[in-house]
This record gives sequence, structure tokens and C-alpha cells, in this order.
Amino acid sequence: MQTFDLEAHGLRQLNSALHALRGQTNETAWEIVNPKGSHAIAVGLDAPIDVTVRGSTGYYCAGMNKQATVRVKGSAGPGVAENMMSGTVIIDGDASQYAGATGRGGLLVIKGNASSRCGISMKGIDIVVHGNIGHMSAFMAQSGNMVVLGDAGEALGDSLYEARLFVRGSVKSLGADCIEKEMRPEHIAILADLLKRGEADHLAKPEEFKRYGSARKLYTFNIDNASSY
Amino acid sequence: MCGIVGLFLKDPKLEPNLGAMLTDMLITMTDRGPDSAGIAIYGRPEKGRAKLTVQSATPDADFETLAADLGKAIAAKVTGTAKDTHMVLELPDDRLDAARHALRSLRPNAKVMSAGEGIEIYKEVGLPKDVAARFDIAHMSGTHGIGHTRMATESAVTTMGAHPFSTGSDQCLVHNGSLSNHNSVRRVLKQAGMTFETENDTEVAAAFISHKLQEGAKLGEAMEATLTDLDGFFTFVVGTKNGFGVVRDPIACKPAVMAETDQYVAFGSEYRAMVNLPGILSARVWEPEPATVYFWER
Repeated sequence: MQTFDLEAHGLRQLNSALHALRGQTNETAWEIVNPKGSHAIAVGLDAPIDVTVRGSTGYYCAGMNKQATVRVKGSAGPGVAENMMSGTVIIDGDASQYAGATGRGGLLVIKGNASSRCGISMKGIDIVVHGNIGHMSAFMAQSGNMVVLGDAGEALGDSLYEARLFVRGSVKSLGADCIEKEMRPEHIAILADLLKRGEADHLAKPEEFKRYGSARKLYTFNIDNASSY
Repeated sequence: MCGIVGLFLKDPKLEPNLGAMLTDMLITMTDRGPDSAGIAIYGRPEKGRAKLTVQSATPDADFETLAADLGKAIAAKVTGTAKDTHMVLELPDDRLDAARHALRSLRPNAKVMSAGEGIEIYKEVGLPKDVAARFDIAHMSGTHGIGHTRMATESAVTTMGAHPFSTGSDQCLVHNGSLSNHNSVRRVLKQAGMTFETENDTEVAAAFISHKLQEGAKLGEAMEATLTDLDGFFTFVVGTKNGFGVVRDPIACKPAVMAETDQYVAFGSEYRAMVNLPGILSARVWEPEPATVYFWER
């Protein structure tokens, strides 16, 4: 286990050390202490390593992640796991705005609540939120899966493309072109797998969720829909 | 961008440390707003006394005999404490309006930062650490306070363009964001008799709330009205004699984090502003909801 004191050595040294681990490495377990809400912790990782952050983080933690598993033992600020490519990011506490935005792959797990714009423009990432999500979540989401054990805020899935949204609790309102869809066996299977990987299979059953997706009316410009764009 | 910090103490034992805690929070927010900084501190009001905080670009000339001159003009006992470019004048509370009026002819170049029973506002252009040091904020005690680091988007980088803005007795407001309809709202408020010192959008928000209060609204109602009448992005933190409140616009893209313990309620644009507060690791920390008014009073 490599322990890195962020307060003593600073962000640049931390991310340089983690970036140096591309390819094979024996230094597979890292612990970051004293994060104190700092920004850009463990961004741009590209190695199969485990990083544990002991405390809460600021903006953009674990952004652009590839391969690595990053666990935050606290809450995360805006833009956590933004544009993730692969790997896993687990937040034990809450996440602020636009968690997992534009993510192309990998798994983001938020054990508390996520606030507004969770999964905005997601492009293949899977997101599992144990608590609630805020307004404008999954706005323009293109692909991937979002699982919410709690409630969703206003305008869920506005202008959605092909991402699947699974919500167990209430949805304050659906955004333009987002509709409730039938839960077929293949969706139950996807959800069961996500709940398990999202460390939530002891908290909820797939059958308790509703599925939301795109009505596909806004894909191409149609003058009859002009008021909805 | 701008950075906002706020601290409302529930535990009187922390009161001597208020200035030090707020200074630390303010300096942490420097990279959100290095243009200017300001802080409003509320002390425990002294019965029958009021405070007038004034600023001058030429303090040596303006402050030397100001307390005596003002005392003579309003026929009352006035004491003054100068700190760098600011001076806090203490006087009988029923002579506050008379003092403001007299000040205009006695020291036409001096600007009123705040007036009220508890409030003192210090603000200047420069880095937050320098501004806090100039006024020795770290050694001030009080019950609650709010601070701001400015990255200017609307209007010039000047002392008067710095936050907090105070447009009513014991009231102040700081803002992160920008308002798009501030000119039209200012016009309406001017017709209703409000006066303005700057072209700044935030001053309009402060005056909007003061005007609503003058019309008889409760503070919560006045803050609620910002959601329908002010257009743009905002997180506002408002200070009053007894408390402080928070409201974010319905889009809520300007960041805000709150923390509450048995000892205090704290506000920060970012969590890192609060990391050195006592007991923060076991505090209830949350993000205020959009279009929702939060308020604490003692």
C-alpha cells in the first residue's frame, strides 16, 4: 500500500506519481490522505490500480478514468468521474452536480445522493445511485445505464437518446421526449447485474424499478416538434 | 466565478473565533475570486447604540476628527475606531439617520459601507488575504458573518463594486453568478425610491430584498420573490441582524455547500472552504436545493 499525504506533497506530485503507473505495475494499492476537498484528485488514471481517498474531494475527482478503481471515503464535489472511459469509481457519501457527465464507459457508484445533472450527456457509462438524484439528470444521455434507488428530480432524461434509466422511487417530472417504458426480462437481467456490481443488491430488487427511455421523437428535426426542442 | 463563505454560530463559546474562522474560509476561496474581497461581521448589539461603517480613499484626512465632527453635527456622543480605509462610528441608534445625513456634507468623499446595530462591513480591492489582514478580521468576534471573494463579471473592480452590498439597516447580501435583468429591475426600484451607488448587478439584488422588506414582506418572502423577479444565475447569501439565509436560482449551476453541527451553520461555495471548521468531519453536510429558501435565526 502506497500512502500519499496530499496536504504535504500537493496535487501535481500525486497525479504525476499515479500517471507514471501506465502499463504493468506492482504498486497497485494507493491511499490518499488529507484530501480536504481539493480539486482534480486522481484524474487521468490509466492503470489497473486501486486508489482510496480518505475524506471528501472537490471538483473533478477521478475524471477521465481508465482501468483504475477509485473509492472516495467521503463526499465528492462537482464533476466526479467526468468523462470516465473504463474502471470503477465508488463514492461512499454524496456527489455534487454533473456526476459521471459525458462518461463513455466504466461504472460510477454513489452510495449517498447525487445532485443536479447526474449523468448529463452520458455516452456509455453505467451509474448506480443508492439515494436520490437532482434535476436535469441524464439530460441528452446517449447510451449506458443509470440506476437510481431513490427519487429523481425535475426533467429526468430531457432530450434523451438511447441510455436506459431505472428509477425505483418517484420522478418529479420527465423531460422532453422521455417516457416510461416496459420492463422486459432483458432489462431485469441488466438491472440485476448493475445492482450487484453497484453494491446495492442487498438494498433493492430489480422488479421494484421502472424503466424510462426515449420516445425517439426528437432524434431528427421535425417541424411538428419545434416547440419541444 | 466568485466565492462565498458564511458562518452562523449557535454556540457562544465560538464567538471570539468568528473572525479567524471566516478569514480562513475566505482565503481558501481566493482562486474563485481574486479581484476584491469583503466581509460582513455581526457583533452582539449594544442596547441603544448603532454602528456606521464608512470607507474613505483618504482616511488620514477624513478620519482624524470625524467622530468629533459628527458628534457635534448630530448633538450626540460619537466614538470612532479607524481600521485602514474604514472607520466604525458608534452612536445612539435613534441618531443613525441624522448621522448618515450629516456625513454627506461633512465628508462628501466617504462612503457608507453599512449601518445598523450589529453589522460592520469591510471590503476592498485586492487578494482576500491582504484585505483580511488590512482590517485584522482574524481578531474580530461576533455572532455571525458572511464573506465574498469577487471575480468581476458585471461592473468595475472597485471598492464599491466589492461584496457584501448593504442596502438596508443590518442587511447585507453576497452573490455568486450574474443577473441578466438587473437594469430593468434597477429602473423599477429607482422609481420606487431606492438609491444605488454602483452599476453592479448584485447591488440590485440587495436593494430588491431591502425594498420588499420595506413593503412589509418577511425576509423569507423577500428571498422567495428573487426566484420570480430576478433573471439570471445566482446563489445569494443574505445577512440580517439575527440570522442568515441562502437561496439558489432554479437552474442552480452556481455551487453551494452547507454544513451544520450543534455549534454552527456554515456555508461555502465549495466544501474545502469549510474543512478547518471544528467538528466538520461529523457535521451534516448537504447541497442546498435549487429554488429553495434556507434561513437560520437566533
